[in-house]
Amino acid sequence: MKRISIDPVTRLEGHGKIEIFLDDKGDVANAYFQVPELRGFEKFAEGRPVEELPRITSRICGVCPEAHMMAAAKACDAVYGIELPSTAKKLRELQYSAFFLGDHTTHFYALGGPDFVCGPDAPKAERNIVGVIKKVGVEVGGKVIKTRRECHEVAQILGGKPVTPVNAIPGGMSKGLNKEERDRIEKIARDGVEFGKFTLKVFEDIVLKNKAYVDLILSDPYTFPTYYMGLVDANNKVNFYDGKVRVVGPDGKEHCKYQPHEYREFVAEHVEPWTYLKFPYLKKIGWKGFTGGLESGVYQATPLSRLNAADGMATPLAQAEYEKMYKTLGGKPVKHNLAMHWARVIELTYAAERLLQLVTDPEITGPDYRALPTKIPTEGVGIVEAPRGTLTHHYWTDENGIVTKANLIVGTTNNHAPICMSIKKAAQGVIKAGKPVTDALLNMVEMSFRSYDPCYGCATHSLPGEMPLEVTVYDKDRNVLHKLTR
Amino acid sequence: MSDKKLKLGLYWGASCGGCDISTLEIAENILKVIEVADIVLWPCVVDFKYEDVKNYPDGYMDVCLWNGGIRNSETKEIAELIRKKSKVLVAYGACSSFGGIPALANLYTKESIFERAYKTTESTDNPQGILPQTSVKMPEGELHIPEFYGSVYRLNDVVDVDYFMPGCPPTAKQTWSVIQAIVAGKLPPKGSVVGVGDKTVCDECPFEKKTEGVRIERFKRPHLDRPDLTPKPELKNKPQCLLEQGFVCVGSATRSGCEAQCLKANMPCRGCYGPAKDVEDQGSKAAAAIGSLIDTQGNEKRGEEIAAQIVDPVGTFYRFGVSNSLLRRAKI
Repeated sequence: MKRISIDPVTRLEGHGKIEIFLDDKGDVANAYFQVPELRGFEKFAEGRPVEELPRITSRICGVCPEAHMMAAAKACDAVYGIELPSTAKKLRELQYSAFFLGDHTTHFYALGGPDFVCGPDAPKAERNIVGVIKKVGVEVGGKVIKTRRECHEVAQILGGKPVTPVNAIPGGMSKGLNKEERDRIEKIARDGVEFGKFTLKVFEDIVLKNKAYVDLILSDPYTFPTYYMGLVDANNKVNFYDGKVRVVGPDGKEHCKYQPHEYREFVAEHVEPWTYLKFPYLKKIGWKGFTGGLESGVYQATPLSRLNAADGMATPLAQAEYEKMYKTLGGKPVKHNLAMHWARVIELTYAAERLLQLVTDPEITGPDYRALPTKIPTEGVGIVEAPRGTLTHHYWTDENGIVTKANLIVGTTNNHAPICMSIKKAAQGVIKAGKPVTDALLNMVEMSFRSYDPCYGCATHSLPGEMPLEVTVYDKDRNVLHKLTR
Repeated sequence: MSDKKLKLGLYWGASCGGCDISTLEIAENILKVIEVADIVLWPCVVDFKYEDVKNYPDGYMDVCLWNGGIRNSETKEIAELIRKKSKVLVAYGACSSFGGIPALANLYTKESIFERAYKTTESTDNPQGILPQTSVKMPEGELHIPEFYGSVYRLNDVVDVDYFMPGCPPTAKQTWSVIQAIVAGKLPPKGSVVGVGDKTVCDECPFEKKTEGVRIERFKRPHLDRPDLTPKPELKNKPQCLLEQGFVCVGSATRSGCEAQCLKANMPCRGCYGPAKDVEDQGSKAAAAIGSLIDTQGNEKRGEEIAAQIVDPVGTFYRFGVSNSLLRRAKI
């Protein structure tokens, strides 16, 4: 049996590794995506005061610290049975919207977007943020840097620190918003909405007007039916901060819709000995192995799955683009993984529009930005949408609010099985018996992987991004036949 | 400086990515860096190959900033390689300097961490009790993953480190100041702590100590009591120190340099900038400073009762520094 190792962040990184095995004919027999890291937050959360967990779990991931901070704070609210004052809730969602805007900007322009903007077969040296700037103009680079910086500024205004803010506490926020700060954030939000419009235009001009790209999105190696998960508001519209978790099947029908505290009825996690990361699946269907479709409990939790699981977007620009996407790609649910980039741009626009709605809400500068707990703490679950998937924190405490147990199902982990399967499918689409393995393999396989924006900061700890690949093809006796690096 | 461009590297070990995000926060200044230096290793931004790094001559990189602690066998091997290839190695961020938040795992055994993660977590369905193995025979061939160590180590526990730059993450402003010092060739003596101030977080704090006659009768938790945020004329128009109000804060044992960012959000310091200058053990220093404020009224038992209100002293005083503490890990 031949073996191809794709060491994405290379042996040097060791934060993710792809092993592809060929059968004797030279076709793909199986593919494994291995995650070699564990840090054990679920264990060392024990013994910590529950109010410290927003500040501790934000260090699960420096890319999406706000997601963990917010999920943790919501779990704390539930532990104490606190109903948040309206201002507190709006402040949290405001801060979270700014975070989403910045995070999706990073991914679209610097990480995932280059494949489309520059082209999947563009020379490697151009397939990066510099290539994007060359293609769409120097001023775009400035806009991207400015948007990222201003989103971090919102985090700093509210939460003290730009990267790992500290302001979400059980019952609300540690700091309110004054008028001057509000005015500044409104300016940032207005610029953000313009940036959203601009980004939709970039996507339209570069991707949608190019038939080859649309065909690539619709092509078989990147089409992958599973269940789709996402948080929805009372009207079944996408919401990042609050609501119920809704799951729809590859047939578009609702599989379930659950409150955060009910998650264990619907989701379970499978363990394999060859990776440190677990494999969540839909419990009522069960773990049927690495297989998709209606009969398998495998689900995705991504920007695209959020749009698939919802009935629409709660803001006008995003809703218009939502309708356009489903019209263009043939109705719901969209099963083409590369449409994830389109979904991400729609969400980016929604985040900016939502930020503007919230910052212009008269309650946002109100004095009731926190409530004090009055009940004895026990147990609670908090769920938010991280940019890379539904994020669940579940804590148990003693009567003094000291954590006795914690359970976490984090964004990228949801997608561990789908990522493994997408890699295998893309590999099968490219590697054929008798055909030499070329550099195309690397980017084709990597694109299937990158569309998830996998964040092993969450799942393990490395950054998503342009991953150097190393592919080695071995013959049956493990002699090296080909060695490709880039 | 010679006319040759500097060769810079950035690398991550067992970290969360926040250090890299913070480095990107130098924003437009990154373009100035690229003018004077070649970035020869930065996985999240610049393409590079493992073979390239292996083939670099020893000492090829002028400076490498390493973030993250040492959690497994692979990270240790890479640290050894990068040490060889770097003239100057900087432990960048709290994890590489002190262990950071992941080092809270040192309060537990490896076995109990695995037991929780893969067996007893409530959503895990693992009737056969499967645990990840460093080597597994699958039908198609053997698969390998690195060995998870029993403890989290600092970078300088496994290789020689030239400079330490604390913070979780270090601020963009401090990062820029250190990069400028590197470019100008003005680094201080080996072993120095860089990108920091000389004082404590209290020195930069928006709250003010009253000091005289202040005694703590009750310790408060940030979510159970509201801090008094009213500016006081007698305190330079600032609100009173959070610790003096009874909220546990380790700012007085912690290096300045962060501009007291957490306190600007009304939250007490948790010590990510590490021990203050000339302080060996941050946690015991914080405990002593806080203990001295307890209103014992000369009664030892009363003092003990008040001190017992401090929940999770180890996880609070050593929040970012278990690997750096005199205990290193809990004796289990």
